[in-house]
Amino acid sequence: MNNGQFQNIQFSKEELERYSRHLIIPEFNIEGQRKLKAARVLVIGSGGLGSPALLYLAAAGVGNIGIVDFDKVDASNLQRQVLFSMEDVGRPKVEAAKERLLGLNPFINITTYDTHLNSHNALDIFKDWDIVADGTDNFPTRYLINDACVLLGKVNVYASIFRFDGQVTVFNYKYPNGEFGPNYRDLYPEPPPPDLVPSCAEGGVLGVLPGIIGSLQANEVIKIITGLGEPLVGRMYSLDALSFETRIFKYRKNPGNPLTGSNPSLKGLIDYEQFCGIPKKEEEVKRGSQGVKEVTARQLKEMMDRHEDFQLIDVREKYEYEIANLQGELIPMNRILDSIDKISRNKKVVVHCRSGSRSANVIKALEQKYGFENLYNLKGGILAWANEVDPSVPRY
Amino acid sequence: MAEIIIPTPLRKFTDNANRFTTSATNVGDAISELTAKYPGLKEHLYAGDGQLRSFIKIFVGEEDIKHLQDTKTRIDEKTVVSIVPAIAGGKSLPSLSAKERESKRYFEYQRNVL
Repeated sequence: MNNGQFQNIQFSKEELERYSRHLIIPEFNIEGQRKLKAARVLVIGSGGLGSPALLYLAAAGVGNIGIVDFDKVDASNLQRQVLFSMEDVGRPKVEAAKERLLGLNPFINITTYDTHLNSHNALDIFKDWDIVADGTDNFPTRYLINDACVLLGKVNVYASIFRFDGQVTVFNYKYPNGEFGPNYRDLYPEPPPPDLVPSCAEGGVLGVLPGIIGSLQANEVIKIITGLGEPLVGRMYSLDALSFETRIFKYRKNPGNPLTGSNPSLKGLIDYEQFCGIPKKEEEVKRGSQGVKEVTARQLKEMMDRHEDFQLIDVREKYEYEIANLQGELIPMNRILDSIDKISRNKKVVVHCRSGSRSANVIKALEQKYGFENLYNLKGGILAWANEVDPSVPRY
Repeated sequence: MAEIIIPTPLRKFTDNANRFTTSATNVGDAISELTAKYPGLKEHLYAGDGQLRSFIKIFVGEEDIKHLQDTKTRIDEKTVVSIVPAIAGGKSLPSLSAKERESKRYFEYQRNVL
């Protein structure tokens, strides 16, 4: 990994004492420790995964560690981000992390990047490092890290978690013969579209899970630096912490990979939010002629078919509801302002009436008086539904 | 009976069941049985053209079925079939509404932390 540069690495008496438990492992010995001290590892994210990874890499004596994180420490981070303490809340994470890691091991160098990683800065940040460890929490950044590593020939040690599930693998590993192992796009060619699982509604993570998975990530980094063992190349480790079942899944290079396949089409970094289907501002929902955001009857049907998590509110009168309804929650127009607590603020809410007029007025009132931002009018009301989606619904 | 392992992100469509046993003799039939029992799962596994979605992998043991006989891969009572989706982290902004997404883009999508 270090092209022989580690041979000249020297240790002080204090360092030799500190690393003695490594030095007495026959396979590891002082040569392994020299490789660690010469290594340059960039950790993206100092959160749930980055915390244990950084602590173990620093403790182990990785001589040069970079940290990319733009965030500040929040009290809600402390449930799993063991790098930080109460007194760090509100501080930039990279600053608190550097202080903690140098407190743990003053014989290493820490470089911080208090910035958002993006397509404009990734190549410049990555170029000075040997190994990148991905501990991020979103698909656009994961594809960005993968592509930047492939373009620069850096190994990408990947760890990812969701609730009780964890995954670890090594992408773009460089073999001694100069060939590279498979990468993220070989395993998963495309991310899930924004509104489809596994980017599902309820996130969350068991606090100890990133501790386990981030430690395994650090283990892979150390294996790669020292050349010990078999790195997780072309194999993905998977843990279900609830059933405590672990599995290894094999994957291989995909000829259709746009970066490294037989007919590569990607030569540089791209817009990863767009790649992941995240709409740009100008593509956001436009307000209709009645001045409120709208969905059409067909769009509503699609939302239902997708089992999308939204609330449907019917603001007609009870007698109208009995004639025909879409099984929405009945809150007649004249009672809606007294029923604010029944209207979700956390998910999309579609409001409808017979033709779309009353519901538009209801939405305007709710937006103006109560600051709702998640309300959508069913354009044309239940009449449009009867015309466009379900002819069996009576038109009255 | 072969066993299908359901990953956490998809358990909301299987009444939280984490495994499904089947007497089917190939992967395609086994998945069909699974989606027949839990219809909500189907669109999350397959795109409109019937192809397995590109962020979902199905493994028989350690092997990707694409490198075996795909949906025709034979299974028996000892087989473990794993459905393995891409996962990205503890926080999933894409589930939020478009408006919420927009307002939180900078803080969430660019978020490099867990």
